[in-house]
Amino acid sequence: MAILNEEQEMLRDMAREWAANESPVAAFRKVRAEKPAEGYSPDAWSAMAQMGWAGIVIPEAHGGSDFGWMSAGLVVEELGKSVTASPIVATTIAASAIVLGGSDEQKAKWLPRLASGEIVGTLAVDEGARHDSSRIETRVNGGKLTGTKAFVHEADGAALFVVAAADGLYLVERGEGVTLSPRKLTDMRSHAEVTFDGAAAERLAGGGDDLLDRVLDRARILTAAEMLGMAQQVFDVTLDYLKQRVQFNQVLASFQALQHRMADLFGDLAMMRSAVEGGLEALDSGFGVARAATVAKAEANRVLHLMSREGVQLHGGIGMTDEYDIGFYLKRARVLEASWGSTSYCRRRFASLAGY
Amino acid sequence: MATLAEPKEASADDAFREEVRAFLAEHFPAELKGSNNALASVEGPTNESPAEKAWREAMGSRGWGVPTWPKEYGGGGLTRKQAHILNEEMAKVGAYNPIGGMGVMMFGPTLLEYGSEEQKREHIPPIARGEIRWCQGYSEPNAGSDLANLQTFAEDKGDHYLVNGQKTWTSGGQWADKCFAIVRTDRSDKHNGISFMLIDMKDPGVEVRPIQMISGMSPFCETFFTDVKVPKENLVGKEGQGWTIGKRLLQHERTNLSGGGSMARLMGSALSDVAKKYLETDDQGVLVDAVMRDRIADFEIRWQAFLLTAKRAMEESKAQGGVSEISSVLKKLGTKLGQERAELLIEIMGLQGLGWEGDGFSDSELSGVRAWLFGKATTIYGGSTEIQNNIIAKRVLGMLDHQ
Ligand SMILES: Cc1cc2nc3c(=O)[nH]c(=O)nc-3n(C[C@H](O)[C@H](O)[C@H](O)COP(=O)(O)OP(=O)(O)OC[C@H]3O[C@@H](n4cnc5c(N)ncnc54)[C@H](O)[C@@H]3O)c2cc1C
Repeated sequence: MAILNEEQEMLRDMAREWAANESPVAAFRKVRAEKPAEGYSPDAWSAMAQMGWAGIVIPEAHGGSDFGWMSAGLVVEELGKSVTASPIVATTIAASAIVLGGSDEQKAKWLPRLASGEIVGTLAVDEGARHDSSRIETRVNGGKLTGTKAFVHEADGAALFVVAAADGLYLVERGEGVTLSPRKLTDMRSHAEVTFDGAAAERLAGGGDDLLDRVLDRARILTAAEMLGMAQQVFDVTLDYLKQRVQFNQVLASFQALQHRMADLFGDLAMMRSAVEGGLEALDSGFGVARAATVAKAEANRVLHLMSREGVQLHGGIGMTDEYDIGFYLKRARVLEASWGSTSYCRRRFASLAGY
Repeated sequence: MATLAEPKEASADDAFREEVRAFLAEHFPAELKGSNNALASVEGPTNESPAEKAWREAMGSRGWGVPTWPKEYGGGGLTRKQAHILNEEMAKVGAYNPIGGMGVMMFGPTLLEYGSEEQKREHIPPIARGEIRWCQGYSEPNAGSDLANLQTFAEDKGDHYLVNGQKTWTSGGQWADKCFAIVRTDRSDKHNGISFMLIDMKDPGVEVRPIQMISGMSPFCETFFTDVKVPKENLVGKEGQGWTIGKRLLQHERTNLSGGGSMARLMGSALSDVAKKYLETDDQGVLVDAVMRDRIADFEIRWQAFLLTAKRAMEESKAQGGVSEISSVLKKLGTKLGQERAELLIEIMGLQGLGWEGDGFSDSELSGVRAWLFGKATTIYGGSTEIQNNIIAKRVLGMLDHQ
C-alpha cells in the first residue's frame, strides 16, 4: 500500500465501508437479475456521485474535487473488491479526456455534469475485438462522425461518448445518428457496439498529438486499479476459505502444497499492487506515464489472470457454482484483461517504448 | 506542513551534495571508474591495487561506506536523504562503494541492535573502514533449512567457551578474519539452547577446507572447530538468545539479497540493450525475433514491478520502523527474477554466452556465465525459496501447521 495522506485515507475508508455495506457482491447479483437499462443501479450511482467520486480527477473550478489519480484509484480498487457495477471508470476516463483536450467551453459545458454524476460518459476507441488504437476507420466530415465502435464499456447508460476518429478525439452526444446494439459478455456488465452514422461531433482540439495515447494510459491505469481490487479480494477470500475448509481432518491451509501456492500468489499480488500504484503515482506526478501505464496494465493482466484461475481451483467444487461469488471475478477478469491492451499488446508497447 | 523549514533543509542538502562532489573529485581515482566487480564479495579478495586501497581508506575515514550507521562507531551518520545523494553523486562519476561484505550487510546492523557497548566499539569501526572480513557460521551438514538442528557445541568453561563441531558452506571462510556463529550451549532445548558468538578464525583449532562450486569458483568452505577457546565477552546477547538474534540477522541478509541491492547490481544493463548487440534488428531497431522480444518485454515489465515493490517495501518499512516480514517476499521475488534474467541472457547470446575460458569470449561473456551459475545459489542460501514460502504462509498469511 502506498503511503497515503490523510485525505486519501479518509476517502479509502469511506469507499471501503460503502462498498462493504451498500454494495456487497449481493448488490451485483441484484443488478444481474433485474437487468436495469443502464447496466448498473442508478441509485447506487447517484450515491457514489453524491460522495464526489465521479469528480475526483476533475478540477474544482469545474465541479470536481481534484484529489488526483491515486485517490481515484483507491476508490475504484475498493469497488472492484465487490465487483460493483458502476460507470465510474468509464466516466472518469471520459472526463479526463476533456480535462486534457477540451476547450474552455467544452470543459465548462461537460465537466460539471460529469462530476456531479448527472451524466455518464465513456470512451469509444476500438473497432474490433482486440484493442488496437492504430486501426481506426471512423471519420469526421463537416462535423459529422461516422464509424462503428466495438464493445464500448458502459454504453447503455452513457450520454456522452468520447470517440476516437482517424484525426483525433471527438465528443458525441447520444441522440440522432447514434445506435446501440448490446453485447452481453461474461461479466454481465454494460457493453455495446455503437454505430455512429453522421452523428454531430465536436473535436477535442487541445492536449497535443498524443491525446488519445494519454487518455488510453489513464484508462489502462484506472482499469488496472479495478483489477487490483478484484485480485486482492480473490486472494483474501481464498485464503479465508483454505483456513476454514477441513479435509483429511486438517484445515486445507495446513497443507504445504497449498501454502506455497498462496505464498507465490502473495508475491505476485505485491508486484501487481506496486505496478498499479506506480501507474497512479506517475499520473499524479506527470512523469513516465506511458511506461508506467504499460507496466501497470501488463502486471494487472498477468496477476489477475493467475489469481482468478487459482481462486476457482483452490475452492474446489464450490468454486464452480454460480451461488458462490468467485466465478464473477474470473468472468470480469478476462473482459478487463482484453480491454485497453492485452498482455501481448502491453509487451509489444513496452518494447517499442524502450526502443527494441 | 513545515513549509518554512523546507528551503533550509533543501540548502543543507545542496551543501552536502557539494561536499560529496568535492570529496569525489579529490579522492576517487579516475582509473577505478566503473570498475566495481559485482562478484567481488563472493570471489574473495582481489589483490587490492594502491588506487583501490586509497579509495577504500578515503571512504572509510568518512564512514561513507556505511553511510547511515552512527558516527560514534565509525559510520557516516548520514540521513537517508544524504545517503541517497551520496549514491547519486557516486553513480554520476562511476564510483562505487568499496566497503561491503557480510560485516556490512548483516553482522553490523545486528550487532548495533544487540551488541554490548564494548562489542560495538570493538567490532563496528573496523567493519566501517572495510578493514576486516566476517564470515557466517550458521549451516552444518545436518542443519541447513532446519538450521535450529545445529550441533556445534560450546561448553561453558568459566571464563571461556570451548567450541567443537563442524560448519559448512561458510562463504569466504578461507579469507575471513572472524566468524559470527550460532552454536549450541544447551542440548535440551532446540531453539532456546542456541547462542550467538564471535569466533576468531585465526584461533588455534579452527580449520577451513574450500569447496569448489559449479561455477568453478571456490568461495566457500567447510569449517571445523576443535577445542576452540572463545572468551565469554564474545557472546552477543544472553546465552540462549542466539536463535532470536540469528533470525534477525537473516532478515538483514534477505533484505540485502533482494531489495534491489545486490540483485540490482548483478543485473547490470537492461536486457534489451544486450539483446540488441546479439540479435538481429530491423531498420527501426526492433528485434526481429518476435518471440524473444516478447519474452524480454515480459521479463523487463516484471522487473519494473519488482523494483517498484522494493521501493514500496522500503517506504513502508520506513513508515513502520525497521525491517519486516516483507523481506521474505522480496528475497523470493528478486532471486527468482535474477535467475530468469541470467537464463534469458545466455539464451540471447547463444553459444557465445556459454564460454568457460580462453579465446573467443569477452570478459563480460565469461563473467556472465559465472554469474548465471553462481546465481543458482540465490534461491538456496539465506533461506531457500521453499523456506521463504513457509515463512510467508505461516507468519504473514497465518496458514497453520497440521494439527
Ligand atoms: C553459495 C552458498 C553460500 C552459502 N553461504 C553460507 C554461509 O556463508 N554461511 C552459512 O552458514 N551458510 C551458507 N550457505 C548455506 C545455506 O544457507 C544453505 O544451503 C541453505 O540454508 C539450505 O540448506 P541445505 O543446503 O542444507 O538444503 P536442505 O535444507 O537440505 O534443502 C534441500 C531442498 O529441500 C527444500 N526444503 C528443505 N526443507 C523444506 C521444507 N520444510 N519444506 C519444503 N522444502 C524444504 C529446500 O528448499 C531445498 O530445495 C550457503 C549456501 C550456498 C549455496
